[in-house]
Amino acid sequence: MVIDCKHVWAHISGYLDQNLPPEVLEQVQKHLEHCEICSAILDSTRNILILTADERVFELPLGFSERLHARLEQEIDGMS
Amino acid sequence: MAPISDLRDEARMIASIVAGESHLFHELIRPYERRVYVMALSFRNLASFRGEAKFGTWLVSITLNEARSRIRHRDTIKMESLDEPPDDEGPISPALLRDWREIPSEVLERKEVSLLLHQAVTALPPIYREVFTLRDVEGMSVNEAAGALDISIASVKVRLHRARMMLQKTLAPQLKRISPKRRWWTWS
Repeated sequence: MVIDCKHVWAHISGYLDQNLPPEVLEQVQKHLEHCEICSAILDSTRNILILTADERVFELPLGFSERLHARLEQEIDGMS
Repeated sequence: MAPISDLRDEARMIASIVAGESHLFHELIRPYERRVYVMALSFRNLASFRGEAKFGTWLVSITLNEARSRIRHRDTIKMESLDEPPDDEGPISPALLRDWREIPSEVLERKEVSLLLHQAVTALPPIYREVFTLRDVEGMSVNEAAGALDISIASVKVRLHRARMMLQKTLAPQLKRISPKRRWWTWS
């Protein structure tokens, strides 16, 4: 069965996580082989995931660790 | 990469803390500082503590709970049913960029790129932001994310897909403008 672009978009997340059923995976792969737009969407989504997973994006603010532990100490003291 | 909990005996650390060695709590939580920070950006749909949960999963839950209660206390958020689309809302059309060029990871050295990514993630509706940060930022499995948020695995998958599509739609055009000519990683 041939699927259109919108059907492929619905499976992009599953494709990236490699958890599509075999028959759907085959349909998506066949579509991607000839569809430049869907390939670009897939690449851009994957690349965005790589970038957002980079530790520099959610870097700990300066002094966060010290403040966290100071607050923990305060809570621990309060419990004892 | 092995989970933190596989590299040290957290059960024993927790037992020691419960037995009175409260100073060990600092050591217990140290590898999770970043997770606490990232989760502090999220604040909804908290699971109650489950005795069988890993410490990291439990920590996510209590961090979300604490953040949510504080925000509620300040009365600064709307109720979820009014400001968030349901999971089964229609599909999101991604940004169509025929000539998408991949962007090298070095662009993250540029502060504005990190800021763009940070803003796009934090701008997601809370139910999508939570799932995205747990799965794609913190690297939890779908099962772990479902446990931490007390939602079904199917819901995690649906929300994750929507979150990723929303980010693609927002970020792909912006990132393309920043680095229009270079290619980066090949598809594997």
